Amino acid sequence: MPSALRLHLAGTFAFLYLPIIVLMVLSLNKAGLPTAWGGVSFEWYGKLLANDKVLSAARNSFVVAVFATLISTVIGTMLAFGVVRAKPSAARDALLFAPMIIPDIVLAIALLSFFTLIKFKLGLHSIVLAHVVFNIAFVCAVVRARLQSFDWSLVEVSRDLGASASTTFLRVTFPLVLPSIIAAALLAFTLSIDEFIIAYFTAGAGQSSTTLPMQIYAMIRFGVTPEINAMATIIMFVSFLLVLLAQRLNRNRIPGM
Amino acid sequence: MRDRNWLLVAPGVLWLLGLMVVPCLLIFLLAFFERGTYGGIDWNAPTFENLRRAADPLYLTIFWDSARIALLAAVLALLIGYPAAYAISKAQEKYQTALLFLAMLPFWTNYLIRTYAWIVLLNPAGLINTQLMHLGLVKEPLPLLYNEFAVVLGLVYNYTPFVILAVYSSLQRMDPSLPEASRDLGAGAWTTFFRITLPLTAAGVAAGAVFVFVLSIGNFITPDLLGGGKLQMVGNLIYDQFLTARDWPFGATLSGLLIAIMMLLLFAQAVAANRAGGRHA
Repeated sequence: MPSALRLHLAGTFAFLYLPIIVLMVLSLNKAGLPTAWGGVSFEWYGKLLANDKVLSAARNSFVVAVFATLISTVIGTMLAFGVVRAKPSAARDALLFAPMIIPDIVLAIALLSFFTLIKFKLGLHSIVLAHVVFNIAFVCAVVRARLQSFDWSLVEVSRDLGASASTTFLRVTFPLVLPSIIAAALLAFTLSIDEFIIAYFTAGAGQSSTTLPMQIYAMIRFGVTPEINAMATIIMFVSFLLVLLAQRLNRNRIPGM
Repeated sequence: MRDRNWLLVAPGVLWLLGLMVVPCLLIFLLAFFERGTYGGIDWNAPTFENLRRAADPLYLTIFWDSARIALLAAVLALLIGYPAAYAISKAQEKYQTALLFLAMLPFWTNYLIRTYAWIVLLNPAGLINTQLMHLGLVKEPLPLLYNEFAVVLGLVYNYTPFVILAVYSSLQRMDPSLPEASRDLGAGAWTTFFRITLPLTAAGVAAGAVFVFVLSIGNFITPDLLGGGKLQMVGNLIYDQFLTARDWPFGATLSGLLIAIMMLLLFAQAVAANRAGGRHA
């Protein structure tokens, strides 16, 4: 590789990671502000964990992400199995691609209008319904990519050796695809727990359905605080861990990895 | 098995139809009605008033500004992302996956937090300004935050990983013997790049650029947090119509226009990709 190219790559990584690293370092700064270094301290993490609003928002986010992940993993996996065996269809592919590219704000207001029109009560459950929309698309894409590189002759061998269709699925196909399904679920969970705008519009009023990103947004609008740095650091570590795990389970097959 | 395939596909397709397609169609419908006296929608009087209002120079300027900022973000993301993707594709085989993974990793963390990081860096008492003043390079803090510069920077920061991914996958699909042949026939490195490699990866460039443009033009968080309310983009305008002005039909009209722009671009990109695919197949 020419050295200029190498330098550019290093610069790009610096650009991508320096802001994140600065946040992480500042979260440990006893002085709290970036202007002075007051020594290493976990004080801000303690303050954060004593903040009831943050804790209840984190709990809400967790509940939403768990349900959205379970539903979208089941539906998205079924969809992937169905789609790889069906005839190619441009309309269907467009439908599956749309949730990834549609501006969040558009899906958010469309769902708010829709829920309001049919007089559907808003709350954590309506956020789950909304998050499943984009999660289905991601889960389906990950599992579908796995199935496209799947060696279907294994299934034929199993059938030739006398196993029934259901036994073959349970003993051959499913175990081989399972790591990708788990990876897809981890990514869906990450996307759901981080999603802000759609949740903001479909949550309805009140602290009882405030999710963590909504709480973060409120805090950021209020100003830069060391508490946000601490929270950002925790959230980034959790996301990195989940994505790293997903990648180990599903080498080379995750869109974006 | 085959005839029961629809049972597998049905739940997902129905979910997307019911909670994405129908709500989006509702948006198009709402655009042709007016706000009721007490908020809500007056279903009795269909009208073209919203469309006429959207064509007002005030709103056209916001659309134009959003498109200009989105285009700038797409071009800058390409200028950073293309060489980075090219560098990754030239790295040793065993490191490529890890490098691509590292480039995409920030995308998987919270968008609000990634944007907030730039507030920490750019604000008048932030890291960059305090260091510049500490070094005596500037006397007063530079106005880095709450302007167009900050918004474009935020968009480029958040979306460059997409460009890297899109360009890298098109570089992977390219037949490596083609640039080699060009070099063997005596073309220089730059000529080979501009005449062979770049045209062969046009589909990746188009996909990355359209992605950045579409995600930027409808963005709400970045102009809101890094533009500081001084800079309005279509996303903020839609937000205001729904949550502040409570004029849902007009907000729906603006969203409908945004969807129309998005579909047009995706269609153009699909046509371009098909053509490129056909030519080089």
